[in-house]
This record gives sequence, C-alpha cells and structure tokens, in this order.
Amino acid sequence: MIDKPRLRVPSEAKKGDIIQIKTLVSHPMETGFRKDQNGKIIPREIINTFVCTFNDKEVLRVDLQPAIAANPYFEFTVKVEESGTFAFAWTDDNGTVTTAEQSITVS
Amino acid sequence: MSLITRRSTLLLGAGLTATLIAVDNSAATPAEADAAIAKFTGGKAAQNGKIAIDLPEIAENGNTVPLSIAVDSPMNVDDYVSQILVVGDGNPNPGIVEFHLTPMSGRAEVATRIRLQTTEHVIVIAKTSTGKLYREQKVVKVTVGGCGG
Repeated sequence: MIDKPRLRVPSEAKKGDIIQIKTLVSHPMETGFRKDQNGKIIPREIINTFVCTFNDKEVLRVDLQPAIAANPYFEFTVKVEESGTFAFAWTDDNGTVTTAEQSITVS
Repeated sequence: MSLITRRSTLLLGAGLTATLIAVDNSAATPAEADAAIAKFTGGKAAQNGKIAIDLPEIAENGNTVPLSIAVDSPMNVDDYVSQILVVGDGNPNPGIVEFHLTPMSGRAEVATRIRLQTTEHVIVIAKTSTGKLYREQKVVKVTVGGCGG
C-alpha cells in the first residue's frame, strides 16, 4: 500500500490567478537496471503516468521514465477561472492507481 | 580494536564488491539521445532559447537532482507549450520525462527531481501548439551516479 500522497494546493484564489501546485507520492521507482546480491536484475517497477485534472478537464499529464527520482515530486501551475476540484492520479507498471483530490474556492 | 578493524575491512570489501556488481554502466550514447529527440521533434530542427533550465552545476547525489524548467510562452488557447521533453545523454535510457501541458497550465513552468547516472547533458525540448520547437541544454557534473547502485 502506497502512503497517502502529499499535496500543496491553495484553498482559495481569485478568478484568473495562476496558482502553484506541488505533489509528492511515495514510490521506490525501481529502475530495472539494478541487480540484487546474486546478480539478478531487480524488475522495473515505476510510476509511469501522472495526471492532474480540474473539474474533469486534463491540466497536466506526465510520462515518467526510470530517471525520475524515488517518491516522484512535481511542481506545476494552473490558471483557475472557477471553483472546483483538482484530481490527481499516479499509475504504476502494475496498473495500481493512487489518487488524491483537493478542492479550491475561486472568487 | 583489531577485531573491529578487521570486521570493518571485511564489510568495506563486501560493500565494494556489491557496488561493482550493481553498477552496470550501459549508458545511453549521445546518438541515442539524438534519436529520442528526433522522435519527439519529427526530425525538425529546434531553435535555441525561450527555455530556462535550473539544475545544479554539480550533483553530489545523482539519485535525486532537482530540475526546474520555464518556457517563455503566452500559454493561451492560440499559442501554448503543449509538450516538454527531457533527455539525458549519459543515462541507461535517454528519456527522463515528458510533460503534456494545456492552456489551463497558465505558465509553462514545471519542476521535478531526476536521476543522473554520470556527468552528462540534460537536454530540454519544448513543442508549442503552433508547431514551434525550442531546445536548451545544461551539463551536470555527477559525483555519485543514480541509476545503477
């Protein structure tokens, strides 16, 4: 079980503001290049996609490679025109999807 | 004391062996990085400029290197940065990350933490909704690589 993702989203903003969002999710991001003590390759196991939507519209999508550090961290901006909910989804190689939500009041 | 010394020597030896086994230096070549870029650009030439890359000059730990990218763009419905590709020419795989932005992004500014295997170029290519391509790159000196061990 992946720990609860950590989000930093402002709770309020003015219409037309560009806000900054920061997200962090716990994940080892196993590269598939490492070997164990017996010289066997440890299979790749990474989060390969991160998506942020606002009121069901896609704002940002990220395709991750093994070169993203463990516990993937992202910082990005969003221009908000109305109140609503941000939804975040991280999908890993096993198909496990970790989600989080955060709402914002826009005046 | 002599016991401790002997034990730490043994441990050190074991550690070194493990490191030698674990690190497989099958790094990407600049040619592979170019191929990844060509796939993204469709073979079209990218102009220099418009992109600001923030990366440390020296990364002591290649396992987590902070990267910030800002692309100068109006980011409106008619003209916005739609994709940002990040490639490293010294990693086992050249591809590092690809961002897909929208006019709702407001600004073409993203940040994350990346892994770098060795001292290498980090190349950023930005594609706009109008079909323009921009390119910028930076060298990062890596003390301890972040992909193998």
